[in-house]
Amino acid sequence: MKRDRKFVETCLKIGIAMKKIRLSVQIIYTILTNGYLYGFLSGKIYRGRLKYICVPGLNCYSCPGAVASCPIGALQALLNQQGFHIPFGVLGFFFLFGSLLGRTVCGWLCPFGLVQDLLHEIPVFRKRKRLPFHRILKYGKYIVLISLVCIGSLFLFGGFAKVPAFCKYLCPSGTLLGALPLLAVNAQLRGQIGGLFFWKLGILLLILLLSIKICRPFCQYLCPLGAVYGWFNRFSLVQIHWSEEDCIFCGSCRKACPVDLSVHEISRSPECIRCGRCVSACPAGCLHLSAQNRSNAR
Amino acid sequence: MSFWKNDFPPLWLYGVLTGILYIGIGLAQGQFTIIWQKAVMICLECIGIG
Repeated sequence: MKRDRKFVETCLKIGIAMKKIRLSVQIIYTILTNGYLYGFLSGKIYRGRLKYICVPGLNCYSCPGAVASCPIGALQALLNQQGFHIPFGVLGFFFLFGSLLGRTVCGWLCPFGLVQDLLHEIPVFRKRKRLPFHRILKYGKYIVLISLVCIGSLFLFGGFAKVPAFCKYLCPSGTLLGALPLLAVNAQLRGQIGGLFFWKLGILLLILLLSIKICRPFCQYLCPLGAVYGWFNRFSLVQIHWSEEDCIFCGSCRKACPVDLSVHEISRSPECIRCGRCVSACPAGCLHLSAQNRSNAR
Repeated sequence: MSFWKNDFPPLWLYGVLTGILYIGIGLAQGQFTIIWQKAVMICLECIGIG
């Protein structure tokens, strides 16, 4: 059924404002979840009750400003326990946030996603959407999830000791949000810097440099949280809806999509971060981001 | 047929309920205390020292 003209015009207006709305949401969310200012000044972290719960995005709990826990860090903390316990607490948060939002978390809430987005706006280098061998490399995040987050935390790294392998060897968010602000004000910690820190700093710098040229390289290829939320994209409450009847198949959405998805793949693909750039780019107003309306859902 | 089609709750709702159930189990098993204990100490691994 064709939609009326007023609805299409409203969709177009929202689409145009989408970029500003998303940036505002990202900034407000980042400030709210990292708003413990005293921590940044004193080099100490927040120790209150809010740290019992996990935030939806990747947000190191050793960030001096963090007021809640990182879900990947929390998952590893539970897997690091003596014996094996199913980490129900963190799986519950994954199901809750994933079923409601899917990878909208990545596009709209994740602080490290915001950093990558801002860097990608720097007008140097010819921009690219993907790395070469994208079709293979995109599975990297699943490998990181299984090997570093799950198996690494249970068995492999550190001999017989269980360690949070993802946080220890890879997580650039921990280096950026946790290590750098803490080390800047805490001389005692600065004195303990070694090779591992420089390894992690190198990974962070590589990802930040890549972010200038490629849109969200960490989210596309390495983020274990993106791998988890990607599984929920097909049925989450929030979706990008496509009205096929109104589509003029101009390809504008694919051109605007930072991960190069076609109109048929948008929203349902595990790669879609629901950034809404396709919604902004659509000249026919046939794409809109909203909570699922079952009568309209594809 | 439309009776069945329209009356099934959407999948995301099952996901949300599963999430709440799992959080409840985690709470009963004291998993959030473990998370809190980890989160209130500076994680040396996370900052590249440990």
